[in-house]
Amino acid sequence: MNGRNSRGARTEASGPVSGQPAPFDRSAPIGERIQRSLRDLTYRIGGSEVRDRLRSLSTRKNEFGVDPFGMDVDYMLAAAGPLLWLYKHYFRVQTSGIEKVPPGRVLLVSNHSGQIPLDGAMIGVALLTEAEPPRAVRSMVEKWVPTLPYVSTFMARCGQVVGTPQNCIKLLQSDEAILVFPEGVRGLNKLFSQRYQLAAFGQGFMRLALETNTPIVPVAVVGAEEQAPALFDLKPLAKLLKMPALPITPTLLPVPLPARYHIHFGDPMRFTGRPDDDDAELERKVKQVRAAVQSMLNEGIRERKHIYW
Amino acid sequence: MVSQNPAVAITGISGNLGRALAKLLHGKERIIGIDRRPFPGRPKDLEIHQVDIRKRKAEDLFRKGNVKALIHMGIMHDPRMSAEEHHYFNVLGTAKALDYCAKHGVRKLVVLSSANVYGPHPDNTNFLTEDAPLMAAARFGEIRDLVEVDILAQSFIWKHPEVETVILRPVHIVGPTIRNAASNYLRLRHPWTLMGFDPMIQFIHTEDVCSAMVAALRSGTRGVYNVVGPGEVPLSAALAELGHTPRPVPHFVARPLLDRLFKLRLTNFPPGELDYIQYLCTVDGSRFARESGWKPAHGLRETLRSVIGEA
Repeated sequence: MNGRNSRGARTEASGPVSGQPAPFDRSAPIGERIQRSLRDLTYRIGGSEVRDRLRSLSTRKNEFGVDPFGMDVDYMLAAAGPLLWLYKHYFRVQTSGIEKVPPGRVLLVSNHSGQIPLDGAMIGVALLTEAEPPRAVRSMVEKWVPTLPYVSTFMARCGQVVGTPQNCIKLLQSDEAILVFPEGVRGLNKLFSQRYQLAAFGQGFMRLALETNTPIVPVAVVGAEEQAPALFDLKPLAKLLKMPALPITPTLLPVPLPARYHIHFGDPMRFTGRPDDDDAELERKVKQVRAAVQSMLNEGIRERKHIYW
Repeated sequence: MVSQNPAVAITGISGNLGRALAKLLHGKERIIGIDRRPFPGRPKDLEIHQVDIRKRKAEDLFRKGNVKALIHMGIMHDPRMSAEEHHYFNVLGTAKALDYCAKHGVRKLVVLSSANVYGPHPDNTNFLTEDAPLMAAARFGEIRDLVEVDILAQSFIWKHPEVETVILRPVHIVGPTIRNAASNYLRLRHPWTLMGFDPMIQFIHTEDVCSAMVAALRSGTRGVYNVVGPGEVPLSAALAELGHTPRPVPHFVARPLLDRLFKLRLTNFPPGELDYIQYLCTVDGSRFARESGWKPAHGLRETLRSVIGEA
């Protein structure tokens, strides 16, 4: 409801991000008020520096404030408020190497864990608030996301798109930054005992990188795999709920533990070759990326002093 | 008749879209209009034949009328008509029209299909291209005939390479006089929406579809094309633009409820239409724009507002 009202009422508003904490307008629909106050929260937590950066965030958009895929920058900045709080105060994210992310099209390849893609969200917040210039990361979501009420709308407005090869190619051709988790559902299924051991990588991302001549930046997220230690995967219930996996954690509810996140960005890797090459040839390239992520993970784990602080 | 210059035949000319097309071509081309329905207020020099496309009299028009091109848009979309009648008229009518083209030396054929034939599905890519499978009937059996019409025309392309055939699949056509499901929905003061779903929707103005059909007449253009209007917009923003107050209904309630209401004749929206406000069925129209040079003349707001008779 909220998102609905808010966007509706805002169609008349012109500027992208006013930045100034707007006067509290009681006549505005509740959705819009919530959105505005959340956006102010984003700016408050981020401080003036982050506010200036976010205001310079440029995306393609039409007269209704959305890009062709349905991303809405105002909506995204509102959603970023709570995530930025998590980023700064809960997971206390530390990033390294973010300057290595090249401008223009890029594929970020990361390890993955957890039912709620907080690792993805934190990578997104990092690129929004710490990259120069700020980037709005698009990630490729599972095909069951569009069937979920509210979640589907939230994801779309925040720039997440269904993970079809055509979507990915279209976004890369317009020089966007795309986050992929080649572990896919296999990553979600990982149990605590398998933490930081990368599951097999799919080859899809490599085909897309070769086809669109896109550099790959390996990303290692250390901390996310301890936030919700999965004791076992409740497969029958997952099947019943039509979910790809249902890891059972000690907290039962999907409340993550406040593990400290370390996000490491690696050097861009460029590959050349035919996207329709033999699987074996592609696999060789995929393994290089996987090895890069794994070694960054290993190093990150070795370097950190403690899981929680 | 034979001495006259070659004509453009138009099926379904008496419908609101047909009339708009007639207006656009009138005076530029000799038109032979074919429709079962009367064409009230037709200009005196507009040749209209009130015949059923499936009848012999319709074929005579092709045999004797020196027809150089056919724009086939005589496709019925009336949710209240029986599925059988729909099928007979749309599929058989199209088969006949294609047959006349092949037999009587028509050199150009433009078939008006629809982007709706792809069907809204949760795993749809955001911008479906022309090679995507036509999946609409998977969850919405009533529009099987529209899928079949498209497929008939596709097979005609390779069976009769001598007829330059174009299949156009425009997105939701809206306009002040149009009474299709999309336009009717956009005119509701309190339209249903599905709680928590807000897919991107594409619309095209009546006049833009007409100009696209005229662009497709140009020689050299052939094949299957999506036709996209001025862009895409979240459903909620479209409704807000028109000043409507949506009534969100949980999706698991909406389908059985609408099914019941439709059977009781309390609504003219069949339950299958709900998918179009739940999932994406948006297409990539860049190929047509690139290859034909056509582009829409109406902007997003203008196109949307046209359904309520503004702009």
